[in-house]
Formats: sequence, structure tokens, C-alpha cells
Amino acid sequence: MTLIADPKAPRPPRPGPGRRTTRGNTELYGWVFMRASGVILVVLIFGHLFVNLVAGEGVKAIDFGFVAGKWASPFWQVWDLLMLWLAMIHGTNGVRTIVNDYAEKDTTRLVLKGLLYLAFVVVVVLGTLVIFTFDPCPSGSPADLLPSFCTA
Amino acid sequence: MWSWVAHRVTGVAIFFFLLVHVLDTALVRVSPEAYNDVIGTYKNPIMGLGEAGLVAAIVFHAFNGLRIILVDFWAKGPKYQRVMLWVVLGLSVVTMAGFLPRHLMHVFGGE
Repeated sequence: MTLIADPKAPRPPRPGPGRRTTRGNTELYGWVFMRASGVILVVLIFGHLFVNLVAGEGVKAIDFGFVAGKWASPFWQVWDLLMLWLAMIHGTNGVRTIVNDYAEKDTTRLVLKGLLYLAFVVVVVLGTLVIFTFDPCPSGSPADLLPSFCTA
Repeated sequence: MWSWVAHRVTGVAIFFFLLVHVLDTALVRVSPEAYNDVIGTYKNPIMGLGEAGLVAAIVFHAFNGLRIILVDFWAKGPKYQRVMLWVVLGLSVVTMAGFLPRHLMHVFGGE
């Protein structure tokens, strides 16, 4: 009787503890975040579009006075701040997923995601600073460009 | 499959618009003149049509996103996913039918 070797297809070694493809539950939290933030963003962005493009004179009426008039109220400051943060995290995570799917070369993926995270930080920091340090009535500006409450 | 592609394409388009949109709005921090100048260049028919396209992309992405949530969390979601795609397209058309006439009147100078 001859013993034949147990036939086995060649397989790459199983990823051990040092070669795991994901760490912890980060991707799960990301998945949940996309859905939770998505629902809130539908409300925030539909409201934003309605107030800025449909109500009143629409896109024609948008100028410094219009923006200053809105941000004079904490309501719109909080609205826009939430929209900025949620949309940027939602969008950055979405683009990150797409880069991971299509950029197969390690260096390409690294560079694209580096640029993505840089854009995220710049836009979120800049937007947040603008909302909080904004002056609706800058001195030395012609009054006809400013919201009406500046002269009152 | 195609709704998945469209969700990615509209998502990326909206993301790049968002980057530009935060930068142009940040001009309010420079001066009223700087902001009004840049926003003024947006107020022409070509940009007006671009805005219509952007809103259409947002509306589809929003409704299809809600459909994805229903497929994931609603027990009957996977069964009705194809029906819900038609609902998404129908709601998108209705929303745009409400938005477009008013927006195009603003853009093309009607009252």
C-alpha cells in the first residue's frame, strides 16, 4: 500500500494577527455614520437649498448682505456648521471608499488619500473659522453692500 | 448596479462642489466686495444650468441614500429594492419639477 499525499491547493498563508485587513470596528462605525449623517444631511441640505434658491428671489438675491443677514442669527450659524462638518466627513469617507476601491497601486492610494485628508482639514478649519469670526458689518465697507441692520 | 454607479458619481461631484463652495463662501471673511464679485460671476445662464444639474445630483443622491438605508435596515427592504428605485426616480422628477421652473425663472430673468 502506498500512501499518497493529502492533496491541497496552494494557498497564501492566512493573515495572522500582524496582517489584518481592518483594525477593530472602524469600518463598521464608518458604515453606520454614513447612514446616520445621511439622514440628517437630507434635512439640512434640502432646507439650505430651499431658503437660498427657492424662497425669496432665489440665487439672484445671494450677496454679502444675504449671507450676513443669515449668519447674524445663531440658528443659521449652527445649521451651517453642522452641515459643513457632517457633509465634509460624509463626503471624505465616501471618496476614501472610492479611492480604496479603484486605486490599486499603494503609492497612488497613499497620495490620493493624503490629498483628500489635506483638503478635509483645510476646508473644515477654514469654514469653521469663517462662521465664527465673521463680521456682518465690517467697518469701512460701503453701506449699500451691508445688511440693513448695520446702519441701525 | 446602475443606481450604485450613479450614487458614486453624484457623490464625488457633490463633494468637489462642496470644496469650491466653502472656499467661495469664505470670501465673506475677506470683504463684501470680494464675495459679491465672485458670486456675481456665478450669476449667468451657464452657471444657472450647472446649479440645476447640481441640485438634480443632490436630490438623486439624497433619495437613493434613503433607499439604501431602507434596504439595509427595513426587513422588507431587499425585497422591494427595485420598486424603491422607481420611487426614488419618481420623487426626484417631482422634486425637480417643483424646483426647476422657479430656479430657471430666477436665472433667466423672469419675475
